[in-house]
Amino acid sequence: MRIPCPICGERDRREFYYQGAAVMLDRPAPDAGEAAWDSYLHLRDNPAGPTQDLWFHEAGCGAWLVVERDTVTHEVISARLVEARDAD
Amino acid sequence: MRIEGKGRIDRGTRLSFRFDGTTHKGFAGDTLASALMGGGVRMVARSFKYHRPRGVLTAGSEEPNALVTIGTGAQSDPNIRATTQELFDGLQARSQNNWPSLDFDLLSVNDLAAPFLGAGFYYKTFMWPKAFWERVYEPFIRRAAGLGALSGESNTDTYEKAFAFCDVLIIGGGPAGLMAALAAAQAGADVILCDEDTALGGRLLSEEEEIDGRPAAEWAAEMAAKATAMDNVRVMTRTTVTGAYDQGTYGALERVSHHIPTQDGLPRECFWRIVAGRAVLCAGALERHIAFRDNDRPGVMMASALRAYANRWGVAPGRSVAVFGNNDNAHRTARDLAQAGLHVAALIDSRHDAQNLAGDVPFYAGHQVTRAFGRKGLEAITLRAPDGSESRLQVEGLGLSGGWNPSVHLTCHMNGRPQWQDDIAAFVPTPGAIPGMSVAGAANGVFSTAACLQSGAEAGLEAAKALGKRGDLPAIPEAENAPYRLRRLWAVPGKGRAWLDFQNDVSVKDIKQAATENFRSVEHMKRYTTQGMATDQGKNSNVAALAILADATGRDIPETGTTTFRPPYSPVAIAAMGAGSQGKGFAPERLTTSHAASVEMGAPMIEAGLWYRPSYFPRPGEKTWRQACDREVTMVREAVGVCDVSTLGKIDLQGPDVGAFLDFVYSNTFSTLKPGRVRYGLMLREDGTVMDDGTTARLSDAQWVMTTTTAAAGNVMRHLEWVHQALCPKMDLRFISVTEQWAQFAVAGPKARELLNGLLDQPIEDEIFPFMQCGPVSVMGVAARLFRISFSGEHAYEIAVPSRYGDSLFRTLVARAEALGGGAYGMEALNVLRIEKGHITHAEIHGRTNAFDIGFARMVSAKKDCIGKTMAARPGLTEDREQLVGLRPVGAVKQLTAGAHLFNPTEAAVRENDQGYVTSVGYSPTLGEMRALAFLRDGRDRHGEKVKLVDHLRGIKALCEVTDPVAFDSDGGRLRG
Amino acid sequence: MAELLVKTPCEGLLPVEIGTVRMSEIAPGQITSLAPFRGQGEALSETLKTAHGMAWPAPGRSTGREGARCVWFGREQAMLLGPAPDVGLARYAALTDQSDAWAVVRIEGPLVEAVLARLVPIDLRSVAFKRGHTARTLLQHMSVSITRISENAFQIMAFRSMAGTLVHDLSAAMTAVAARGDIAGAST
Repeated sequence: MRIPCPICGERDRREFYYQGAAVMLDRPAPDAGEAAWDSYLHLRDNPAGPTQDLWFHEAGCGAWLVVERDTVTHEVISARLVEARDAD
Repeated sequence: MRIEGKGRIDRGTRLSFRFDGTTHKGFAGDTLASALMGGGVRMVARSFKYHRPRGVLTAGSEEPNALVTIGTGAQSDPNIRATTQELFDGLQARSQNNWPSLDFDLLSVNDLAAPFLGAGFYYKTFMWPKAFWERVYEPFIRRAAGLGALSGESNTDTYEKAFAFCDVLIIGGGPAGLMAALAAAQAGADVILCDEDTALGGRLLSEEEEIDGRPAAEWAAEMAAKATAMDNVRVMTRTTVTGAYDQGTYGALERVSHHIPTQDGLPRECFWRIVAGRAVLCAGALERHIAFRDNDRPGVMMASALRAYANRWGVAPGRSVAVFGNNDNAHRTARDLAQAGLHVAALIDSRHDAQNLAGDVPFYAGHQVTRAFGRKGLEAITLRAPDGSESRLQVEGLGLSGGWNPSVHLTCHMNGRPQWQDDIAAFVPTPGAIPGMSVAGAANGVFSTAACLQSGAEAGLEAAKALGKRGDLPAIPEAENAPYRLRRLWAVPGKGRAWLDFQNDVSVKDIKQAATENFRSVEHMKRYTTQGMATDQGKNSNVAALAILADATGRDIPETGTTTFRPPYSPVAIAAMGAGSQGKGFAPERLTTSHAASVEMGAPMIEAGLWYRPSYFPRPGEKTWRQACDREVTMVREAVGVCDVSTLGKIDLQGPDVGAFLDFVYSNTFSTLKPGRVRYGLMLREDGTVMDDGTTARLSDAQWVMTTTTAAAGNVMRHLEWVHQALCPKMDLRFISVTEQWAQFAVAGPKARELLNGLLDQPIEDEIFPFMQCGPVSVMGVAARLFRISFSGEHAYEIAVPSRYGDSLFRTLVARAEALGGGAYGMEALNVLRIEKGHITHAEIHGRTNAFDIGFARMVSAKKDCIGKTMAARPGLTEDREQLVGLRPVGAVKQLTAGAHLFNPTEAAVRENDQGYVTSVGYSPTLGEMRALAFLRDGRDRHGEKVKLVDHLRGIKALCEVTDPVAFDSDGGRLRG
Repeated sequence: MAELLVKTPCEGLLPVEIGTVRMSEIAPGQITSLAPFRGQGEALSETLKTAHGMAWPAPGRSTGREGARCVWFGREQAMLLGPAPDVGLARYAALTDQSDAWAVVRIEGPLVEAVLARLVPIDLRSVAFKRGHTARTLLQHMSVSITRISENAFQIMAFRSMAGTLVHDLSAAMTAVAARGDIAGAST
C-alpha cells in the first residue's frame, strides 16, 4: 500500500502509523454530553467503500494526514494534512 | 538419455553432482531435472500421500513431482524443484518423502490401501477417540505424508530484501515480454524486465521455430542483449514476480545464488519490492495434462516439457516416445522428437477430425490413451480406437497436452476473477483486475508467436504512453502464426485411478466423490480433496479438476468458477521476506553514552524498549543480583548513587503558546509554572486513562523541556503532534525531541550535592537550587542543565550535558560517587527505590488505570479543559474501583510476586472473589522486607487490613497488610532536605 | 580540574570499506533545528539568506553547500548544519541545538544506490533523487534523513544512540552487494 503524502510524495505504508477513523478530528465540547463523547471515542462506521482514516507520517515528515481510501477496491483516493482544514 | 547433437547446453563443460548419494554427470546449462533425465534417472520422487513413484512432469516452476532437498545440514533447502535447480559442480540433492529409500519405500503400502484413503478419509476416520488426534493420528499422518523436512538446525544462509522502482514493470521475458520491454524502453520509460528463467526468451528457448528467418532462441538472445545494453532497462533474470499488491507494488523473488556453490556473504535469495507506474504481465501459459488411468508413471510428462527437454537440454526419458493431445500444439512435440532422431511410436490426437502436423510419424486421430504401465518407469500405454478396440504400445516416454492455461495468477491477486473463454477452453484475465496492469501474449490467451510479439509490443507502448511517454510501435518481426485449435478433453473415462493433482494425489474419482458428498463449491472441493494445494498450487491440474466438478454437479465451468489465486505465485522462503531482520537486524539497538562504561563495570544490560540499560553493577564478592541491588539501594539512601536516565524522552517546546498547550495535554496546570521551576505532570488519553507521566521544566519564558517515560517517548511525541496539528493548529509553538542531544544522569543521595559541587564551576546551595528548581550550570567547563528532581525520594539532581560528553561525565560522576562511599546504580535498584516511595511506572499506568485509581484525582484540574478530562469523569471511573495501595508481608510467607492476585483472607482464591492484583514488587533493604504496589478494590479505605496474595502460576500464597503506597519517608523530608 | 572528553557518535565504528563502497563519519559542525513560528516562514527564509547565504529549503530539498547546509527535515522543520545559527533567526523560529543528537555518516561509491536499495523504501535512483534532494524515511527499522550530496555519495543522519545499528545494517547491505560482484545475472 502506498500513501501520497502531501509533503513527501507517495510513500510506502511502512512509513506511516495508522490511527483510525477521521471522526477523531471533530472533538466535542467538554459539555457536549455523554452520547456525543461516546460516539466520538467509541462508535465507528464500517463502510464497504470510501472511508477516511488518520495516518501519521511518523518515519517521514511528521504530518498527520486524512487519507480517503476505498475498503473494497483498496484505491487510495486522496490524502491531505489534518492541519489544512482549519488553515486561515 | 542424452540426444546427440541436440540442446543448448555446453557439452564442453562437464559437471559432477550427487543424487541420493550416487554420482552423476551433467553439463553446464542443465537443470537438475535434465541432468537426471540425461543420466537415465526416471523416478525422482515419491508422491505426497500414496508414495507412488513419480518422475519429472514439467520443465518449469510449476513442477508438482520433482521436489528435492538441495545441500546438507543447516544449509539444506527442502522442496526445491529439480526443474528449476540449475546444475553446478558438486551439487548435492536428495529425494524426499520416502523411507528407507526412493527405490524401496515402505510407505508405498499406502498405495495398496488407497481404496480407504480417498478424499475426506482423514475427516471421516480419525474422529474417535478425540484425544487420539493430537497424540496418535496427527504424528502418524505427518510422518507418512509430507514434503521435504527442515534440517532442524538454525539456517546459516543469508537472505536479502531490496526495493526497486521503475516506470514500467514487464513480468516475463518471452516473446511478448521482450517486445513489451523494447517498446516501453524506446518510448523513454524506465523498465524492469523480470523473468524466472536463467535467460530471457521464455518458450523460445525450448522451441524449434524461426523469428525473422533466424532460430528463435538466437533472436531472443539478441533481444536480451539489446535490452541489457539500454540504460533505461534493468533485466532481472532468475526473478519471479510472485505477487501484485496495492498501488503498483509487486513482490519478486530473485534466486541469487542457488545456481552456484555456497559463498560467504552472498545471499541465497533476494525478495524485491518493486514499485511500478505500470506493469505488463507477459507470464505466458502453462500446459495442462489429461487424466487417465495411472497417468502419473515416471516418463509421462507434459508434451511441451518433453519437447523442451529435447530441444533445450538434449535429453529424453527414453528412446521410444508417444504424444497424446487434444490440440494442434501437441503435434510440435512429435515433430521435434522425430527430427531429433527419437522413435516416435505414436501421435495420438483425441479429435476425430485432426490432421497430422508432425510429418512422418504414426498418427492416430480420434484415439485416446486409457492406461499407462510401468511402476517405476513408463513401459507401455493402452490405446483405445474410436471403435472401442484397445491395443498396447511399448513406449518409455509419453507427452500429454490437454491445452494451455494462460498464467492469470497475478491478475487475481487483488480479488479479481478470470473470465472463461470458450474457444480456447481456458480462463483469461479480466481487463483492469489490477489497476495499472495490462496483459499480453499467451497470458492473455494469445498463443502464436507472431501474436505474442505483436500484443507485447502494443502493451509495452501503451504502458509507456499512459505515463506520458511518446513513441512508436517497434517493427514486429516475422514469426510462426499458426492457429490454436483444440477440443476439450479433461479425463479419459475408464476404470482405475486417473490422476489430476500429482502433488496431492488427487484423482478424478476424488473430485466426483466431493461432488457426491455435496462439496459443490469449488473452494469446498479444494479443501475436501486437497486439489490445488501445496507448492505448485495445482498449476497443471486445477482447470481440469473444476471442469470435472462442473460436469459432476451439472453446471458449466464459468458458473463453477475458480478457486482464489493468492500470492505468492511460486514459493517464497520466509527467510527472504524477513531478510535482514534476524539477530542484530531484528530491531535497532539504542545505546546510551554510558553503555561502554557500564559494560566495562560488568553490568548485565537489559532491554527497555529499544534501549539497553544496566541491570546492576556487580562488585567483587557479590554472588547474586540481589546482593548488588541491595547494596546499590543502601548506597543511594546513605551516600550517593549515579544512574543514567538519558533514555527518558525529552521534548523541547518553544513559542508563546507552550503554556496553553501544556495545560491542554496535561491534566494539571503548567501555564503558571515560573521560569527556573519544574513540575510533575500527568497526561491522559482522551478516554480518561493515564497515558504517561513525567516532569516538565520551564527553562526560560519561552523554552520548556518535557520529559516522558522511556517506554512512552514515541507515543507521547506522536500524541503531541496529533493534538497540535489536529486539535489546536492555531497555537503558536514548536517542539522537537532532544532525547538524543542530552546525556542525563541522576545523582541521588544525601551526598548528591557534595558530589556535584566538586564538579560544578559554580557550586550550588539549597537557597538557589531548592527542590523542583532547574537552571543552566557549568560542569568542568561544559554548559549543562541541572534539575533538582528525584525519583528515588532522596535529595537528588539530574544533570544533562551534550551527549558527546556523556561517557566522560558518567565515568567522572561514578568515580566521585565511589570516593564518597557510593557508586553507580542500575535498573533493579532504581525499581526498588521507587517502590519504596510508591512512585508509579508503566507497571501501574498500564493502560487500564485512571487518575482516580492511582490517587491523583486532584491532579485533574477543575479550572480548564484537557485531553481526557470529560471521559475521566464518567460514572464508573470514579467509584468502586481498584485503587493503588502498598503491601507488606505479615504471614509466614515473605515472598511477594508481581502478577499475583489479591483476595480476602477467608475467601477462596477464585475469579469471583478477586479483589485486585500486584503490579510491582521488590525487596527493600531499607525496610528489611519485600514491598509491593498493587491495585485493590477500594484500597485507599483499607489501609491496615489484611489481604491474601495468591500466585497460582508460581504456587505462592502470602498474607499481606495493606499500606499506603509510600512506604518510606512519607513526608518527603529527605528529598527537600 | 580534568576536562570532559569528547566522543563522536560513530567512534570506533567507522570508517568501513566493503567492496567499492565506503562509509565514514562526518563531523558536520553545529546542528541546529529551525522551526518557524506561525506565519514567520518568509521572514525566517529572508534572515537565513542574509545571515547564512542560503534559502529555506522546500520539502525534500537542501540548500547551501558542503560545510554549511540547510537540510529540510520534516513538516516546517529544517536542520542548519555547519555554522552557529545567527541570533536573528531566533525571532522567527524555534532554534534547538541538535549537534549531539545525530550520527552523521557519508556513504559513497559506484554501487551506493544498490546498497541503499536494500534498506531504504524510497526511490533513490539518480533520475528521481538528484544531488541536493533529501528525504525523511526509513533505513531498515530506523527513522533517518538521507541527502544526496554528490553523484555517488549520500549523507545519512540517524539517532546517535542507533549509530551501531546504522553501521551494522549498512555494512550488511554493503557485504551482500559486494558479494554479488561477479555473479552472472545478479541484480544490484
